[in-house]
Amino acid sequence: MKTVIEASEAVALGAKLSRVKVCPMYPITPSTHIPERISDYIFDGEMDAEMIHVESEHSAASALIGSILTGARSFTATSSNGFELMYEILPILSGMRLPAVMAVANRAVAGPINIWNDHSDAVSARDQGWVQFYVESSQECIDTIIQCYKIAEDKNVQMPVMMCLDGFSLTHVFENVDIPEQKQVDSFLPPFKREDILDVKNPKTFGPIGLPDSFMNFKKQQQDAMINAIDVIKKANLDYKKLFGRGYGDGLIELYKMDDAEYAILAMGTICGTAKAKAEELRAKGKKVGVIRLRSYRPFPVEALKKAFKKLTRLAVLDRHISLGSDGPLFTEINAIAPGLDVFGYIAGLGGRDVTLDHMESVYLDLETGKQKREWLM
Amino acid sequence: MKDVKGISYDEYFASGHRACAGCGEALVLRHIMKAAGSNTIVAQATGCMEVVSTPYPQTAWKVPWVHGAFENAAAIASGIDRGLIAQGKREGVNIIAMGGDGASFDIGFGALSGAMERGHKFTYIATDNEAYMNTGVQRSGATFPYASTTTSPDGKKIHGKQEPKKPLAFIVAAHGLNYVASMSPANLFDMKKKVETALSRNHTTFLHAYCVCPVGWHCKSADTMELSRLAIQTRVFPLYEIDNGVLQFNQKVEKPKPVKEYLELQGRFRHVNEEEVEKIQKYVNDRYDFLLSIEGKKAFDVLY
Repeated sequence: MKTVIEASEAVALGAKLSRVKVCPMYPITPSTHIPERISDYIFDGEMDAEMIHVESEHSAASALIGSILTGARSFTATSSNGFELMYEILPILSGMRLPAVMAVANRAVAGPINIWNDHSDAVSARDQGWVQFYVESSQECIDTIIQCYKIAEDKNVQMPVMMCLDGFSLTHVFENVDIPEQKQVDSFLPPFKREDILDVKNPKTFGPIGLPDSFMNFKKQQQDAMINAIDVIKKANLDYKKLFGRGYGDGLIELYKMDDAEYAILAMGTICGTAKAKAEELRAKGKKVGVIRLRSYRPFPVEALKKAFKKLTRLAVLDRHISLGSDGPLFTEINAIAPGLDVFGYIAGLGGRDVTLDHMESVYLDLETGKQKREWLM
Repeated sequence: MKDVKGISYDEYFASGHRACAGCGEALVLRHIMKAAGSNTIVAQATGCMEVVSTPYPQTAWKVPWVHGAFENAAAIASGIDRGLIAQGKREGVNIIAMGGDGASFDIGFGALSGAMERGHKFTYIATDNEAYMNTGVQRSGATFPYASTTTSPDGKKIHGKQEPKKPLAFIVAAHGLNYVASMSPANLFDMKKKVETALSRNHTTFLHAYCVCPVGWHCKSADTMELSRLAIQTRVFPLYEIDNGVLQFNQKVEKPKPVKEYLELQGRFRHVNEEEVEKIQKYVNDRYDFLLSIEGKKAFDVLY
């Protein structure tokens, strides 16, 4: 069924369609509409789930530990400082291999306090053992939340997944969304089954202390699981496409007019739409330009990216975060895997600063003229 | 099931854990679990008990047990409660959340308060040994006045901790809980009854357990039980319960021993002078007088 809804509602519907059983949630702008919609579903009796009105994001993430360990599929959402308050629990959830799913409505982290969009919250948690998706549309939100559970619960992954959607510039946007049928979702996503649960008939210990003789082995297992996730993400994208007719690139990256592109912009989230619009305009003028949208930031799809870079003369990476004292994290990471490629790096759209078509034009122009650029798109 | 006067032979917190000799907290845990029985899930905060009981791949726990972090045992227990409810599996299962005084009085208080406000059905047990023992005996909000810790040392200018203990049990009771009690290994029958009562209620309940720490208190390992008894006899740690808002003593002390007898067995009070002993005695008297003033009265509104 196609209907015009807000992206936040698409996220909430994605959780409902995934038959989530427990939602520990704490409101923070701009993620608030997600718990609001889920509350509507639960309080109206349309969603058979428990809402835990936790007193903080730290407890939201902590309650996920308890609820998932009882075998209940669980969901939460947050943004910015709320995300940072959960930070301690993020690697604990992944270290315990709990398949939590969380929507992150990306917002700049304070200070100064700022409620608008950039990627400083989630990107700064890239090392915490969560699969990270960055999405571009409301349709992708609903489709990706469902896929997140499929990926998180895969026996070769068993890692938490966060789906990042840009605060306001996506969360509060109304678009036409094709809402999947429950029956079809059920055939894609089977009920959550987990052997390792808190069961009085089969007592197990969870979250023991890992001494130096075991800690590193646990980390190696987590890294292996994240690498496994690459194929699992691709398969989830493909299987979903077969059932619902929609896919997002290969699941890891999405290529736009890249077949013969010489110059490309690489970014994550909604600014890719702006880059695509500019690329289309320049294509009409005969310029060989394209866009690479990175959908899976963790795991970092090295092979898929290298393949996408093959024909490129130059590449511009747009970071919506700055690792203060270093550089854009995406830029430095792309540079590391593309030693032969001329990579330009731009810091863009921090704290909700507009990233415009003119900005995109200037970036493509930089790429064409080949002037090595390190720039802040102010 | 074999038992001694109702206290089970069965162990759910097994021997072989790495707690220190004379650890009052390990003793308390053992008896909490004997009372709670096998149909119990435990969520435990970071602290000595988590460290000594679960060095991977070993565990001392014969019941399902989870540890997440320092300040979130109550939040994890909230998730367990609702996760079981959501799947129709809540019936007949006890949930206990446990933390030391650091986890309960200080860093985890927000999570505890939130869980109590929501009224989840679980029992929170604060095992109070009056300092951050796991990190090396630092002062907590529960540290006894004038006690020397590594962050409230017996200095030349300032003699130990200068503030009173946070009255956590009353703050908890003010959340509207229908059962709040203090308990001590010096009275195991009382402890058993309180654990059973707390677990039988339909909303959050709270137990404050007295735990001697020979390492942090600089006392003899052999004195754990003697100190536990003296804490009651001197009125330092009164045994009471607040049932449906009404406080009753469980072991009323009519003729208290001087608090000095309690202090003298512990190196953490070695520095206190006569004037300070008097101040401590007054502090203890005042606390007990307050309890007497509300004894038998509906002192707390009950919301659950």
